[in-house]
Amino acid sequence: MYTASDLRKGLRLKLDGDPYQIVEFNFVKPGKGQSLYKCKLRNMITGAQFERTFRDVDTFEQADLRERKMQYLYKEGEQYCFMDIENYEQVFLTDEQVGDVKNFLIENMEVAILFFEDRPIGVTPPNSVDLLVVQSEPWAKGDSVSGNYKPVILETGYKILVPPFVNEGEKIKVDTRSGEYLTRVKD
Amino acid sequence: MSEDCLGRKREALWLRSRIIQSIRRFFEGNDFLEVETPCRIPAPAPESHIDAVASGEWFLQTSPELCMKRLLAAGYPRIFQICPCFREKERGGRHLPEFAMLEWYRAGADYNDLMRDCEEIVRSVCREVLGSKSFLYQGRDISLEGPWPRISVRDAFFQYAGTPMEDALKKGLFNELMAFSIEPKLGIGRPVFLYDYPVELGALAMAKRSDPSVAERFELYIEGIELVNAFSELVDPAEQRSRFEKEMACRAAAGKAVYPFPQKFIDALPAMPPSAGAALGLDRLVMLFADKTEIDDVVAFPPEEL
Repeated sequence: MYTASDLRKGLRLKLDGDPYQIVEFNFVKPGKGQSLYKCKLRNMITGAQFERTFRDVDTFEQADLRERKMQYLYKEGEQYCFMDIENYEQVFLTDEQVGDVKNFLIENMEVAILFFEDRPIGVTPPNSVDLLVVQSEPWAKGDSVSGNYKPVILETGYKILVPPFVNEGEKIKVDTRSGEYLTRVKD
Repeated sequence: MSEDCLGRKREALWLRSRIIQSIRRFFEGNDFLEVETPCRIPAPAPESHIDAVASGEWFLQTSPELCMKRLLAAGYPRIFQICPCFREKERGGRHLPEFAMLEWYRAGADYNDLMRDCEEIVRSVCREVLGSKSFLYQGRDISLEGPWPRISVRDAFFQYAGTPMEDALKKGLFNELMAFSIEPKLGIGRPVFLYDYPVELGALAMAKRSDPSVAERFELYIEGIELVNAFSELVDPAEQRSRFEKEMACRAAAGKAVYPFPQKFIDALPAMPPSAGAALGLDRLVMLFADKTEIDDVVAFPPEEL
């Protein structure tokens, strides 16, 4: 159980049966008045956002959210398939649930699957992943539009800016939180 | 990391220091005694929505009000204090759980006199610290030329919330409408006094002689920021006791801690002259003059940095 004073940006809680995350948080208290907590909440299943103001007497259920380590197997149609390496149980996420993480998913990669109660609702990749450069324009000094970087395409289809010395067929390390190039990987 | 952050606050911290010095000069020039009362007290004033931080068997002050009034009662007619105050779980863009309060009291005065004090203090600090009669806040020029406009709480509800104040109170919407519909509109481009609050919302304020449904209480707003809370002081011990008992009952009903009754304060009230007192959030005054929107930017150490 949470009380209103536990509310803060990033907190996850259960409202009307669904898990929500607080994406914006504002504490206000008119002179000598009641504490008010104005929150923007994002539904962790549908992605829908709404605003609600809570009072100091309000209490909240914790959302039963757990992460399990699983392996990404394959994509079929709109479904991404993941498997628990210990008991071989398989779960599926939709395109929408996977979202931008698709840019970093390669087969057999170990990821964290987020479950709300017993239902898979999202995936978090490792903080950095190594991905192969499959397409790179030859770089001529001086013709770059964005300073010392050039665009390349990775094995997942993700388009990213890298330094000019990175070549097709090489692997690079990518920060999955910012989506940016980190370093070149030597095998 | 936090040392970098401290370095970036240099300008705001210098301004803060000059503002405090300027405030002291104002009160010294007006024959006020600067006092210090204990931060750690056995019995904070019982108010429904102000929660004290426990300190052993005692509490950290939520304001220096009760001790300062005992000084008034003992014959110190003009007193001021700049001190830290502590309010549990108040944290936001304009709230710190430990904040700096400027509090001052005048014997023989009422809330109208303190509105004049507010104008003079803000004007004189602006002149001394920024060297001007106006200041820039978030791209807007704030004129301090007086007298500043005044609007009653009742009129503000009509004008900005479209709801009679009494209805808002009955429906339990007073705070929401105040916070989201009224406050953001107050003091834009020019300070404004919001005055005559419902009597039940000021446990230590005197009821207005011509309309006992409201208290002689005002708040000063600049650019939607609540800067000062002030009132003509309630000096009737029986009335004060019954107001405190009501607040204590409210706290108990809401499942909040009920503090020991401040008996020594009540005992001192018969000797207290008619007076008025004001509390100014010093950090917020610095926010305004430093052109900052976050209270964290005008103190060296917000609690998360400790």
